Amino acid sequence: MEAVLRTRALSLWYGSAQALKGVSLDVPENRVTALIGPSGCGKSTFLKTLDRMTEVIPGVRVEGEILYRGRNIFDAAVDVTTLRRQVGMVFQKPNPFPMSIYDNVAYGPRTHGIRRHGELDAIVEKSLRQAAIWDEVKDRLKRSALSLSGGQQQRICIARALAVEPDVLLMDEATSALDPISTSKIEELIAQLRQRYTIVIVTHNMQQAVRVSDQCAFFLQGELVEAGDTQAVFSAPRDPRTENYITGRFG
Amino acid sequence: MAHEKMLSRKRMEGAIKALFFLCGLTAVGAVLFISVYLVCAGTPAIQEIGLARFVLGDAWNPQQEQYGILPFLLTSVAGTGGAVLLGVPMGVLTALFLAKTAPPRWAGAIRAAVALLAGIPSVVYGLVGMVVLVPAVQRAFSLPSGANLLSAVLVLSVMILPSIVRVAETALRAVPREYEEASLALGATPTETMFRVSLPAARSGVATAAALGVGRALGEAMAIIMVSGNVANLPAGPFTAVRFLTTAIASEMNYAPMGSLWRRALFSIGLVLFLFIMLVNAALHAVIRGAGED
Repeated sequence: MEAVLRTRALSLWYGSAQALKGVSLDVPENRVTALIGPSGCGKSTFLKTLDRMTEVIPGVRVEGEILYRGRNIFDAAVDVTTLRRQVGMVFQKPNPFPMSIYDNVAYGPRTHGIRRHGELDAIVEKSLRQAAIWDEVKDRLKRSALSLSGGQQQRICIARALAVEPDVLLMDEATSALDPISTSKIEELIAQLRQRYTIVIVTHNMQQAVRVSDQCAFFLQGELVEAGDTQAVFSAPRDPRTENYITGRFG
Repeated sequence: MAHEKMLSRKRMEGAIKALFFLCGLTAVGAVLFISVYLVCAGTPAIQEIGLARFVLGDAWNPQQEQYGILPFLLTSVAGTGGAVLLGVPMGVLTALFLAKTAPPRWAGAIRAAVALLAGIPSVVYGLVGMVVLVPAVQRAFSLPSGANLLSAVLVLSVMILPSIVRVAETALRAVPREYEEASLALGATPTETMFRVSLPAARSGVATAAALGVGRALGEAMAIIMVSGNVANLPAGPFTAVRFLTTAIASEMNYAPMGSLWRRALFSIGLVLFLFIMLVNAALHAVIRGAGED
């Protein structure tokens, strides 16, 4: 199994506070990797570092390497906009732009130079279909994305991320702001998307990690405590701290 | 005793409420008074001259009984349009810089400068414009005189900057960070994000900023009377010496004899200016409401 993303001794500081402590993790291709752990354990920070979105916060310092298909993403020669196109991100809170559904999904392709209407139409339809929301919105593509429900908005955001044809999709607690029905829709969606994309999710929800992920990584206080096959981690954790967490003794 | 105290307190409350109400009434009263007065004082001359000849007449020459205000009207339109064309982009770019990219120390310095700019009296703008800008324009374009429409536009565009910068910056700061993060995460550069996400998301605020600029520019008299040449010409180009609706009133009121048609016509210009500003404001508000809808 090829690892699409590999981190090597990744440490990160917000000012003087260390948020990640020497994390080394492989993210295998066409698999769903779930990052779990209590609040403030560094799992979201880790996720955001994978497409260098932590960089926009002032005072952040990173050590170690992240190899994306063999190349260190912190290399001076790496263009961060290209990286972010290849490694897409879906955020915790649905954040569609205050524009029409169509313009939301077309935003990425337009930014990357696609102008022809026919081509954009095709990308928008394909992305919305992949995000399992085409049937719900096909008759109102010109309506504001903000007029949709939270669950629909999140699927628009997923479609928007897919529209730039990423290789990896990062999802930061993408269902935590949603109702149970929307959550299960997005979980089904993740199961479909893993056939084409490499997916990394952050989740607070143990059941969700079990349901959707192939591989699982447990973070605690900035450290990667344990990573491996999800079934194995949940049925036979190697580290007592993992066991305490997944059995609900803390966090 | 306690009862009396309570009673007097209640009376005090009532008196203060009445005072507040009275203050509020003053504003309403002033607006009503000015509106009614302008209509009463402004309509007779228009009736006498004829609405079409007054508004569309292209010659203003009270000595020869010519009272056409088209030159003033077009000058006000052109001057305001030019000032907005220059001032709004400049103000919005300044606001983008302050809200999104400026290092905090720079932002503080620029914000202070903009605030000071707002505090400079308009007569000082006119003065500096007259002794610095007008000669500069004259030299730069080898003109017989630099007091013209262009100079007025330049002065106005600087005058309207502070309100545009302030309102646009507030609107841009209110754009949720999540929108910008989503754009960056899609591989857009910070500049693309500013222009394609932040600015459109703040569009109703930016439109309000532009509306403020229009209002300020249309109503300004003192600063431009000193730099515009003050001749009742049709604005044929940037180098024409011109007179605005505002400056026509300000410069002639002292010369027009009491009770003359000339003097009454000046009041009519005031009425036209008043209606014009109301119209522009109403139109811009309609646009803003439309922009804020989706």
